Amino acid sequence: MGEGLFCCLEVRNMSKSWDEINERIAAGEAVVVTAEEFAVIAQEDGVSSAAAKVDVVTTGTFGPMCSSGAFLNFGHADPPLRMSEILLNDVPASGGWAAVDTYLGGTEWSRGRGMEYGGAHVIEDLLAGKAIRLQARSPGTDCYPRLEIDTWVTLEDLNQAYLFNPRNAYQNYAVAVNSSDRTLYTYMGSLLPHLGNATFCSAGALSPLLNDPEYRTIGVGTRCFVAGAPGYVAWQGTQHNPNQERDGNGVPVAPAGTLAVIADLKQASPEYFSAATFAGYGVSSFVGIGIPIPVLDEDLAAQLALTDADITATIFDYGVGHRSRPSLGRVSYAELYSGEIEVEGERVRTGPISSTETARRIADEVKRWVSEGRWTLVEPLEPLPGAGGPSFKPLEIKTEEAI
Amino acid sequence: MALRRLDLTFPPLQATKPITYHLVKDFGLTPNILRAQIQPGQQGRMLVEVTGAKAAIDKGIRFLEHEGVLVGAAASDIVLDEEQCVTCGLCTSVCRPEALTLTDDTRELRFDKDQCVYCEACVIACPRRAITLEF
Repeated sequence: MGEGLFCCLEVRNMSKSWDEINERIAAGEAVVVTAEEFAVIAQEDGVSSAAAKVDVVTTGTFGPMCSSGAFLNFGHADPPLRMSEILLNDVPASGGWAAVDTYLGGTEWSRGRGMEYGGAHVIEDLLAGKAIRLQARSPGTDCYPRLEIDTWVTLEDLNQAYLFNPRNAYQNYAVAVNSSDRTLYTYMGSLLPHLGNATFCSAGALSPLLNDPEYRTIGVGTRCFVAGAPGYVAWQGTQHNPNQERDGNGVPVAPAGTLAVIADLKQASPEYFSAATFAGYGVSSFVGIGIPIPVLDEDLAAQLALTDADITATIFDYGVGHRSRPSLGRVSYAELYSGEIEVEGERVRTGPISSTETARRIADEVKRWVSEGRWTLVEPLEPLPGAGGPSFKPLEIKTEEAI
Repeated sequence: MALRRLDLTFPPLQATKPITYHLVKDFGLTPNILRAQIQPGQQGRMLVEVTGAKAAIDKGIRFLEHEGVLVGAAASDIVLDEEQCVTCGLCTSVCRPEALTLTDDTRELRFDKDQCVYCEACVIACPRRAITLEF
């Protein structure tokens, strides 16, 4: 990439190309740090100096990401069947694929144990090497004469098993409170009445999409740590909303961009994929996501240098049972992590749902992969839709006559 | 001296007799209310730690039962399974006595059992079912 061109356009701005950074990685010379480490360097030496010194910044997040699941292929029994009704440890999986393919959704509940065991638990058990009971029924056809099967499979037995998570790594999220007079059981945890607590769910300054808020380096084809496995960004995530309100740094102040990611389940680890049951709500999956970001120029470096004190989230009242919940103001992640915030003049105890401790381990792991040259960086094959692109639309309830 | 942790359930129509007063006055017990949720006309619940002579505690329990209170044994221990815990920190938001907190620097979960009042809010909130009560 023409470095000279960049210099002409933005005189002050140092810039590096993807190729230059990848050459440094290949030569074992790249300076790779985590987003938290980068912020310290930028504070001490200034953003320009940090941008010149550091080649790659790594990010990480580990929180519940409901829209997750896995494609599995079981291989054919003899005689074969076309699995149309499928249970894995009593959890229904989709039968609407080719004969022995399925998609197991993470939030699916077990028939017998309800939300205490679900699709995410099956995936966690597969990752732990446990045998899973597979029961399936087939309509019986000439090519697939068998009518049913009842057997046990392990992750090793499966031909293909890959995570394909349609919506992960949310770029920022809401702070949830409850102004109503009863406890609400939500995907944001137990929300105590009368603003009794506040929960939030983002890795903040470590979060992948908060470090590249305008999607300059993360796009289709980006290498991505998924639950411990090397994977890829496959597409924009569902409900990707680049048009969310942004602050002066270009960072969204509420839920915005999302990623669809893909990775080999056989290379994933139960250390970075954990099933979850939220009381009164249902099943979800804690998924570890980490992305390396090349320090292309000072503008990006300034965004990479942002800390939890600079990034804010919007407080929403989940006590209002409508699609549009009223906002009760904005707070920084530094305030949220202090354990207490002020809402409507009251001190409210806070608690995260996303593990900083694990997010840091992921950012460190990605740092190791890049430093050791296991990963070079890939320029996106196609960018994610940016601001001005399509927004996330609601679902209107219509009658056939009204269409 | 003995110590018993009791889980009391009050039926909706239970007369509003000051039961802790009677436990003190009539049986020489020292009740320490850990958690109470009592509203007129509704089923109420009280978690109480009672200290006193063993025989007096037994008599006190019989008094409570005579008054229509359901007396159950409250949890004697609460256990955090660190293998299951993913340090998300969600439990800290429902822990009013702040027995469960995240450390400032490493943001690891710290459980100070001395501060715990066995309210069970964390048991319900934990998405990993990593916190359990033992009876």
